[in-house]
Amino acid sequence: MAEPLLATDRLVKRFGGVTATDRLSLSVVEGELHAIIGPNGAGKTTLVAQLAGEIAPSSGRIRFAGADITALAMPARSQRGLARSFQIASLCREFTALDNVALAVQAHSGHSFRFWRAARRDEALRGPARAILAEIGLAGRADVPAGLLAHGEQRQLELAIALATKPRLLLLDEPMAGMGQADSAIMIDLLHVLKRRHTIVLVEHDMDAVFALADRISVLVYGRCIASGTPAEIRVDAAVREAYLGEETL
Amino acid sequence: MLVEQGLNGLQLGIMLFLMAAGLTLVLGIMNVVNLAHGSLYMLGAYFAASLQQWTGSFVLAVAIAVPATAAIGIVIEMATLRTLYGRDHLDQVLCTFGLILFLNEMTRILWGAVPLRMTLPATLAGTVALWPGIAYPAFRLAIIATGILVALLLYLIIARTRLGMLIHAGASDRMMVGALGIDIKSLFTLVFGLGAALAGLAGTMAGPLLAVQVGMGDGILILTLVVIVIGGIGSVRGAFVAALLVGLIDTFGRILLPPALADMGIYVLMAVVLFWRPQGLFAAHG
Amino acid sequence: MALLACGLAVLVLGPLVAQSLGEPFYIRLFTRIAVMAIAAVSLDLILGYGGMVSFGHAAFVGIGAYVTAILAYHAAAGEPLLAWPMVIPGTDNAVIAWPLAVAAAALAALVIGLVSLRTTGIAFIMITLAFAQMLYFFVIALQKYGGEDGLQMAGRSRLGGLDLDGRLTFYYLVLAVLIAVIVCCRRLVGSRFGMVLQGCRQNERRLRAIGFATERYRLAAFVMSGAIAGLAGVLLANGQNYVSPADLAWTRSGEYIVMVVFGGMGTLIGPLLGAAAYLVLELLLGSATTHWQAIFGPVLIVIVLFAKRGLYGALVGRADDG
Repeated sequence: MAEPLLATDRLVKRFGGVTATDRLSLSVVEGELHAIIGPNGAGKTTLVAQLAGEIAPSSGRIRFAGADITALAMPARSQRGLARSFQIASLCREFTALDNVALAVQAHSGHSFRFWRAARRDEALRGPARAILAEIGLAGRADVPAGLLAHGEQRQLELAIALATKPRLLLLDEPMAGMGQADSAIMIDLLHVLKRRHTIVLVEHDMDAVFALADRISVLVYGRCIASGTPAEIRVDAAVREAYLGEETL
Repeated sequence: MLVEQGLNGLQLGIMLFLMAAGLTLVLGIMNVVNLAHGSLYMLGAYFAASLQQWTGSFVLAVAIAVPATAAIGIVIEMATLRTLYGRDHLDQVLCTFGLILFLNEMTRILWGAVPLRMTLPATLAGTVALWPGIAYPAFRLAIIATGILVALLLYLIIARTRLGMLIHAGASDRMMVGALGIDIKSLFTLVFGLGAALAGLAGTMAGPLLAVQVGMGDGILILTLVVIVIGGIGSVRGAFVAALLVGLIDTFGRILLPPALADMGIYVLMAVVLFWRPQGLFAAHG
Repeated sequence: MALLACGLAVLVLGPLVAQSLGEPFYIRLFTRIAVMAIAAVSLDLILGYGGMVSFGHAAFVGIGAYVTAILAYHAAAGEPLLAWPMVIPGTDNAVIAWPLAVAAAALAALVIGLVSLRTTGIAFIMITLAFAQMLYFFVIALQKYGGEDGLQMAGRSRLGGLDLDGRLTFYYLVLAVLIAVIVCCRRLVGSRFGMVLQGCRQNERRLRAIGFATERYRLAAFVMSGAIAGLAGVLLANGQNYVSPADLAWTRSGEYIVMVVFGGMGTLIGPLLGAAAYLVLELLLGSATTHWQAIFGPVLIVIVLFAKRGLYGALVGRADDG
């Protein structure tokens, strides 16, 4: 069997006396949409932060695309093709939507120690950025400062930025958080399209979305993976049902 | 000689601690840069010097100057700083920079440009024989004793009282303090007043050692900032350790190093500490 | 655009008028404004665009000034700067001395930046302030070069066939440098590098997430800013024919920040306006009362609290982020 694109090996993260991630071994195969769910406090956010390189695990390894990336910082992981979107839209708010995406394109087209030519007139950056905005459905909003976009649009822009980094894997941290029905539907459609071309790790609260989209689901409880399998398997898993009892209905 | 210099270093460290303890709390809890902290030190010294001239009593001068400085601090907090919480650090820097210019100049207008002198009461003016052959100025010993007393007091306040609990909580989680239904405005004012009182105390004690003059607060402000950065912003314990460290290194640096390097010793210390631990020796969590 | 032309006309023609009226004082004022403006523009690069509140900018200006003056001192005294292991003579030749001064400032910025950029927020402000103070004490300790009293320069640097001792000639040189600095910085902030720098100010975490090793870009900007400040220092030393620790004082660093904010952060033109406004205000208030800072302090506080956009914003209508 081919090596998975992303794998964690007995990952542990302790904060003082609390173990937020507990000997977690996950693997994500190239081409799948792998959803990670779990009740509040299951350690999803901590896991995302470790995968993205924002915090260092206490022990354990993370492998990505055939290399150990445990010690790599966030920028280096991005350069290797691991793109993440933030749970709370994290944008350059004064820049326009197009600027935001173009900057992501720029990050992956060589170094940026170029001091003279106007970046905003650089078609090598603006062209691809515009194409991605169009794909994500924000073409009409390209010149609006990111801070002025509606909430749903900001989440779409998050996704566009991640796509602009030519990712091998998209790590999406609750892309539907705080969205209304209509916006969620747009996002789900978008993810349907994206999953055809990208490997995606989807951390999400919205169960309908997860079961509609995921190829595989891993369930996190107290930092541990209690079950991993297809949606159909997870739906009937006794441990999962117990963990979610009173939380949500599957 | 070694003992004497060691005590000198300790005494400088204690002074710095008095300055840093108040400021680090203000920085840590309120997340506000207050450059005018040195001006409070200067005001404390001026108050004490004037009061001594009027009353002829050193003790009375100190006893009035410290609360007077605290009062000025509280007025400053309510008049200007209060509007700056939550604004960016640049605003705070500029605003308190303006305060320094104002306070320095007002001091010059009120007291004139000629430095004031403070004299010590007879009981503190002499030296104390630590052991045969080694005499040390009594006043400096008094400073050290006062400083240690204040440190203990602060420790008790922070570790044992409700106010300390709030200060601690405020430093790590401001929302929580708000959620507890505590009037955060009063808490901030109280802490600021406490910091001002400590700065004033340091000023009154510096009075007899140094010339009381305009701008005396600027130099110690920067040393205080170095102490806070080394100790870790918001940590009183860090401030204590760092203050003593800075006091000793500065004092011994002056003996051991050529003059061009002596003044740089503590900054090198700061650079080394920060390179190793950017958050300082005792980072206040959160 | 009309505004820009007006401003340029004042800068170009003002000193000529002063000359013809026999008021050299005003030429000196113009020169000082232009020199301070270069320093303020360099600060704007990291403060306004990079979001780095550096409270030690006077140090870089001071290094540029001191290196120029010390090299000139050795040239005038005929005493080598360094006798061992090799003889290095002093020089008052601008072609050698000025790049050396700029390089020294850049080197200082590199070292200071390496340590202080590991922190952000309040700590960064305090650390840059502390390092600047370290250099301040360092030059005070340089007894050979005047210590606290500062160092008089025998004359201005020599620059090819230009007569820098001519007040107007020197002024126009400074003005040319100022314009070149503003133009270059303008290109810089709009370039790929500049976009990264501006992004760092708005959301550094985002930039790291999309793959920028932001610390390198911030450090590079810090060093460039220090180098330009060093160039301002070169001109400062030549302009006043004198350097002193006051050129590195922390209050001077504060003044540079005031100029930038006063004029309009992140605009590059704003700092020039700010420098002019600050120095003119200092002159006016200073001639009215010796205690002008007692008035200026509260003025500053009021401006910070109520009029954050700066002069440029007030004139142009909105802050332009380039």
